Amino acid sequence: MTIKLMGQGVQRVEDQRLLRGQGAYTDDIDVGPGLLHAAVVRSPHAHARIVDIDLDAVLDVEGVHAVLTYDDLTGPMAEPLPLLIPHPALTHGRTQYALAKDEVNYVGEAVAFVVATDRYVAEDAVGKVKVTYDVLPAVVGIEAARAAEHLVHDDVPGNLGARLEQQTGGDAPAVVAAAPHRLSLDLDIERSACMPLEGRGTVARWEPALDRLQLWTSTQSSTGVRAAVAVKLGLDLGQVDVITPDVGGGFGVKINHPWPEELLVPYAARALGRPVKFVEDRREHFISSAHERGQVQHVEVGFDDDGRLLGLDVELWHDHGAYTPYGLIVPIITSTQLLGPYKPGAYRVVFHSLYTNTVIVTPYRGAGRPQGCYAMERTMDAIAQHLGKDRAEVRRVNLIQPDEFPYEHGLVFQDGRPLTYDSGDYPAMLDKIKALVDWDTFGERQRQAAAEGRRIGLGLACYVEGTGVGPYEGAHVHVETTGKVKVATGLTSQGQGHQTVFAQLVADELGCRFSDVEVVTGDTRRMPYAVGTFASRAAVMSGSAVHLAARRAKEKALRIAADALEASEDDLQIVDGVVSVKGAPEVSLDLGTISVLSNPLRYAFDEASKRATQFQVGDPGKPPVAEDDEPGLEGRDFYSPERATFASGMHAVIVETDPETAEIRILQYAVVHDCGTLINPMIVEGQIHGGVAQGVGGALYERMAYDSSGQLLNASFMDFLMPYVSEVPDGIDVDHLETPSPLNPLGIKGAGEAGVIPSAAVFAAAIEDAEGLREDGLAITAMPISPSELFELRLAHQNP
Amino acid sequence: MKPAPFAYHRPRTLDEAVALLGSEPDAKVMAGGQSLVPLLTMRLAAPATIVDISAVEGLDTLTADDGGVRIGAMVRHADVLASPDVRRVQPLVTAALSHVAHPTIRNRGTTVGSIVHADAAAEMPVVLAVLGGTVEVVGGAGRRTIAAADLFVGPLESSLAPDEVATSAWFPALADDAGVGFAELARRHGDYAMVGVAAHVDASSARVGYLSVNDVPTVVDVTGVDAADAGEAALAHLEPGGDVHASAAYRAQLVRVLTARVLREAHEDRQGRGAA
Repeated sequence: MTIKLMGQGVQRVEDQRLLRGQGAYTDDIDVGPGLLHAAVVRSPHAHARIVDIDLDAVLDVEGVHAVLTYDDLTGPMAEPLPLLIPHPALTHGRTQYALAKDEVNYVGEAVAFVVATDRYVAEDAVGKVKVTYDVLPAVVGIEAARAAEHLVHDDVPGNLGARLEQQTGGDAPAVVAAAPHRLSLDLDIERSACMPLEGRGTVARWEPALDRLQLWTSTQSSTGVRAAVAVKLGLDLGQVDVITPDVGGGFGVKINHPWPEELLVPYAARALGRPVKFVEDRREHFISSAHERGQVQHVEVGFDDDGRLLGLDVELWHDHGAYTPYGLIVPIITSTQLLGPYKPGAYRVVFHSLYTNTVIVTPYRGAGRPQGCYAMERTMDAIAQHLGKDRAEVRRVNLIQPDEFPYEHGLVFQDGRPLTYDSGDYPAMLDKIKALVDWDTFGERQRQAAAEGRRIGLGLACYVEGTGVGPYEGAHVHVETTGKVKVATGLTSQGQGHQTVFAQLVADELGCRFSDVEVVTGDTRRMPYAVGTFASRAAVMSGSAVHLAARRAKEKALRIAADALEASEDDLQIVDGVVSVKGAPEVSLDLGTISVLSNPLRYAFDEASKRATQFQVGDPGKPPVAEDDEPGLEGRDFYSPERATFASGMHAVIVETDPETAEIRILQYAVVHDCGTLINPMIVEGQIHGGVAQGVGGALYERMAYDSSGQLLNASFMDFLMPYVSEVPDGIDVDHLETPSPLNPLGIKGAGEAGVIPSAAVFAAAIEDAEGLREDGLAITAMPISPSELFELRLAHQNP
Repeated sequence: MKPAPFAYHRPRTLDEAVALLGSEPDAKVMAGGQSLVPLLTMRLAAPATIVDISAVEGLDTLTADDGGVRIGAMVRHADVLASPDVRRVQPLVTAALSHVAHPTIRNRGTTVGSIVHADAAAEMPVVLAVLGGTVEVVGGAGRRTIAAADLFVGPLESSLAPDEVATSAWFPALADDAGVGFAELARRHGDYAMVGVAAHVDASSARVGYLSVNDVPTVVDVTGVDAADAGEAALAHLEPGGDVHASAAYRAQLVRVLTARVLREAHEDRQGRGAA
């Protein structure tokens, strides 16, 4: 009997290859002889007009094949890059050109594109391009953007790209004003970035004989890049294949597309008749990919004596950088997901999405939720402090109850659909997280530590995460005559373990052996209809599609087998790739044979296929392939849910702060997580571990240190402090809750982003608790926080 | 991140190396390459010529005897760190080396290279300075010995002439009645420290060296000052600055805290050696 694989911690099939260094990333793709390499001339100024570009010194450099500037671009390539997600509130959306036209708006913006025999020569040539700039004042930071003393774009007054207001549950300002208790908070959260170890990269080969383009790119959406390249290069979709090889991390930055280089590489490859490669270096990644997180927040809250929210009135200022290719997704997520597991009473939220002369902002793992969670959880802590109540109890009285699902907030979510939570059990989750950290006895532990001169503190933060947004994903399952099962789904993989979990789902549904399943992702030749890997959606969307496609293949296998075995379909079972009559296992056919039978043949190539040739099978009175059938043992299906499914979680951390040096040490990190039905608990825990590690980085180490002229001061791994293994918690205590989603056949919710969401909130709370900096109200209002900043905070609070 | 073109030489003898440094334009010595290669690839440095001394004979000798520790120019940090003789003769060298970057960097990087790179954020220049060590150099004008006090003249600037190459560094042995201590605080394990402190005490003196505080490695004499007050006293000779990792006030705080900790450690070390 086959063991059901759903819910098993199956070893990742990816790991042998990846851990042995046998992965093939974009830079490893061998496109044959004649490969040329590209490098990009980037703006050294945050804001400037381009007066002149002098290429004289470059064109003589031996080994330089082409130098492109804006003036070389024609047709759609000369138009701005796409604005991927338009929104009516984005009244002043702007996107950059593939190569800057007249003006640059951040340090790192692409100005010219050099193609040479190798990257060394290309970089030498970059140094010889003479660009004359007329430097303009730079707008850096939310304060400067809001003040609008200078404008990023001349035609965008107030640097305001968009203003969006949503409200639900009544007149929030009036409710707050009338509430028995009121508080207001001003909060600040800084930028960080995804920082995948593999940066962006693209290789293209134009094949004149076939009149088609092959493109390998490190992306989270191969179908998106394919469509963009086709539009920009004036090609039909059918002329463009996009293949996403192994990807060394995405975390969101690779869902933005097309990057200028994703267009310029194929553009140059076609023009030069030679394959071209661009592989970004680390400094380029810092200054020309994307960042996220920077917001300023103002919260007005009214509540009753129990800490129950009566009214919540929030205003957000979101720094979206120099352009808005990804629309308003991040601030929309912040403004809706801010509510977490709570009933807000009357809620109004307004966000202002602002231009600055800095790198663009697009979703980074969590995608606006960390900021929303930070605003709400800092508010919960402030309410508890104000009322002198236990912080967990204040949260408890505000939780949505298990019998209130589906819970409609009356807001519009990032997918344009109602913000409606499908399922969850938040009170049970709160009990679990409290148990993991011995919440109720922590006060005593804290007092004992204080008696030894030690400062320890506990923080708690809760979140709800809309995952698995549409529009759809599809899957194709093909049983070969060998019995091997080839599965294709169009979204891409960045190391999540898709090959493993999708194979688990196929093995379970089809009844084949797990080891016979091979999964391909992100290859438009295999599955041309797909959306992409983002928003914690791969398991929900492609997982469901794979399950449905496997079911179709199974139905066909049973139908053919029933005919061949002269049995009723209802009496058949498929176990380990063999269809047999229940109770009569000797009456059987393996899936490979069924695949042979599914495809009527004129020609035989081996013993197995003889069985399907024209003198062996078929009713001479009927067509070999029935009118409503097709050859082959395949299943293809798509999954398109009505709306997102909502995962949830609660994190708690215990920290110790050094009274002298203000060092911050993590003593315990605990997570309770609910992503519905678990496909593979080991992979989910891995996602949580990775998310927590990234969250520790965002809360305690990382920031984008721009100076007032828009220069990024820490654009290297020496000064941008991504945590090492020595900085993340030794162990993370994880407990799961499984409330299945009613929205998909398997009850799955997404898990990819969860681990990172509460980090700023939970560390702010724990450090503040350790420090006891509360006499004059909430002390930690800006994250991330470093030892130096904690020390300065102590000075400001005379709490040395 | 590819370096600009440069000429590359890998001489076999010191004479050859010195001759190349004297004759080739804009030449730079490379030993372990752990500081130079990143500067090259980021194009922050673009010397016309690299003189790689890794094949020069006689530079890979490490000796530790009653007089002190002598480290040849091609001896890797990892080998110095692993040497029980070095630990016995001058434990401050070993203590500080464990804070130098990460194992992979210590496997390639050289201690002498780190010293003459003269980075005020590096550990080994301060150790040399606080112990009063020396560096041997050879150049067109012959051999000479440079005292640590005369070696560090500015940020990333040593007093070696362009045609000189350092052949070894010498650290005096720890006297029987002396003790040492070292501590630093970095944002992440193995990073450059926000502040680092090395101390040497004996019956009649107490000296403390600071890294990442002034723009050159700086030694302050705190003889006769209580450990608890020594950092404050030292600040009169220091100019802690602010950067993206630490404010000036925080650096000053770390000077106070780490100075007290390291001096206590050095006194304990001295007592542990049986000194009165």
